[in-house]
Amino acid sequence: MALIEASGISKSFGAGSRARHVLDDVSLAVDRGEFVSIAGPMGSGKSTLLGILAGLIPRDRGTVRIDGAPVRDLRRDTAFVFQNYSLLPWFSALENVRLAVGAAFPGRPRAAQRDQAQEVLELVGLGNALHRRPGQLSGGMRQRVAIARAFAIEPEILLLDEPFGALDALTRETLQLELAKLCSPGRPVTTVMITNSVDEAILMSDRIVPLSHGPGATLGAPIAVALPRPRTKAILTHDREALHARAQVIEALTASFARQAGRGRGRRAPAEAPVPCALAPLETEP
Amino acid sequence: MAVKEPPAPGPALRVLDRLLDVFALAGLGFVTPVVRLVRGDSPRAQVMELWRLLGIPLLAILVFLLLWSRMSAAVETSLGQIPGPVAVWEQTRVLWADHHAERAKAAAFYERLAQRNADLLAADASAEVVSMTYTGKPTYVDQIFTSLKTVFTGFLLASLIAIPLGILCGLSPTFSAGLNPFIQIFRPVSPLAWLPVVTMIVSAVYVSADPMFAKSFINSAITVALCSLWPTVINTALGVSSIDRDLLNVARVLRLKWTTKLFKVVIPSSLPLIFTGLRLSLGVGWMVLIAAEMLAQNPGLGKFVWDEFQNGSSDSLSRIMVAVFTVGIIGFLLDRVMLTVQTLVAFDRGR
Repeated sequence: MALIEASGISKSFGAGSRARHVLDDVSLAVDRGEFVSIAGPMGSGKSTLLGILAGLIPRDRGTVRIDGAPVRDLRRDTAFVFQNYSLLPWFSALENVRLAVGAAFPGRPRAAQRDQAQEVLELVGLGNALHRRPGQLSGGMRQRVAIARAFAIEPEILLLDEPFGALDALTRETLQLELAKLCSPGRPVTTVMITNSVDEAILMSDRIVPLSHGPGATLGAPIAVALPRPRTKAILTHDREALHARAQVIEALTASFARQAGRGRGRRAPAEAPVPCALAPLETEP
Repeated sequence: MAVKEPPAPGPALRVLDRLLDVFALAGLGFVTPVVRLVRGDSPRAQVMELWRLLGIPLLAILVFLLLWSRMSAAVETSLGQIPGPVAVWEQTRVLWADHHAERAKAAAFYERLAQRNADLLAADASAEVVSMTYTGKPTYVDQIFTSLKTVFTGFLLASLIAIPLGILCGLSPTFSAGLNPFIQIFRPVSPLAWLPVVTMIVSAVYVSADPMFAKSFINSAITVALCSLWPTVINTALGVSSIDRDLLNVARVLRLKWTTKLFKVVIPSSLPLIFTGLRLSLGVGWMVLIAAEMLAQNPGLGKFVWDEFQNGSSDSLSRIMVAVFTVGIIGFLLDRVMLTVQTLVAFDRGR
């Protein structure tokens, strides 16, 4: 049984004739320990989908089950990383992470919480910036704090909403590799990441699910990347499997784009059925 | 071609720069050009800056004083001529001298008392020591301090009520909708209209054989509180309701308890606006205080003005003018202090 099971998710914003159908009959299954990337262009409803999986955003139709139990609100074992850092600017990096630890493990004494926070911050390479406030940190460092904060609560599930979208290309590369290391088999965390970079998806995930262009976005057929994690940058350019997967993802995304352009804004051609999505993962090599 | 960079400022100069920032925050911006002149920094620009910040205001004040002394001679009132700046200055000195004289008398009184007690004890070691309080009339400086005490009591009371109310309004649209009619209707009410109501209620409720606070003090403080709590309520509500969506999402995602969310996310985020509200409230409170004191007969500046008006001596108008300037200058200083605190808090929150 998959850890995360979402089926038939539909979501619209607004009412009546002004309603925007963001998601239409989206289904997704994520196995324990799997790293799934949802790739798609901007405005395709990716963040909405992730919010619904987390329990942040209420859905109109469909169900989301985590470990068999229906999702009502955020769960203690789920960590969320936003695109825009979202650190509290009046607390130091250490205090920001400690706050998360304190909320997840209220029984622990403060000193232990602080130690745990410090440990995770050192893990992401911020050992000497513990007491700096977000305003004194660079963008990359702030996102490291956000990631540290996510890992500090020892999550079962990690949800990332374009975590490196607001960073420059060089910093992004560094942090991608670091996150890949953190999500490696040594620390199995079921992860769903939203990204608009195909390379990033191939670098980090076991499966890539393309989200078609909105409105009424649906998930395309998932594309497997059957390579051992953590991966290096060289794989992107040299490995055949990776290159094949890359081609498939780009084809899926451009095909949906063309379909969207063909049928015009906001109108859906009734004859065109959306590409069915798989409820079960594809066969992957051990 | 290599560009020579100016040498980095040493630590002493860095501290001085920070100090200048604080001065500028406090509205004493003219200190900066003075210091820069001393350091020899582009003298022409500093002199122009000094002229703008200090020279022109001083010139304007001089012109005002000249016009005042000219025009005051032209009007005759029932209390004599309108006093010019010289007369007002004269009365300031008189009031100050009176204050010192009164303090000297009080000191002498207590000395005599101590002497008497020493004599009594010398004669009979178990005699009862006499204890008396000097009952002179309050001096001008005493009255200033009474006014300050009253306004701060009222302000504190207002803040204790307004900040929680504002937070509730900001957090809950229901509560805000419910409280809004009261805010809109009670905000424009003048202290002179509140005072009779407050007086009657206090008289009925505050009954004690040996009251700690005079009724007039309580009446004035409560009236000040009633009139000055509205800016804080409104600004606090605004601050709380306009928190960054992202920060609220963080609180949800981290599953913070509501108390943690309130004290670690909501309140720190709204502090700049809360302090803006507090500053406005203090300003309103100080204005309201004088009127309230006049009617409630609280022995502060308001009562001073009222007494002088009733007195009708030839010095009265001058003294009233002294009071006007005192009220204005103290109000200005209070505002500056609050503004400095407000700006420091805003800087601190990185806004």
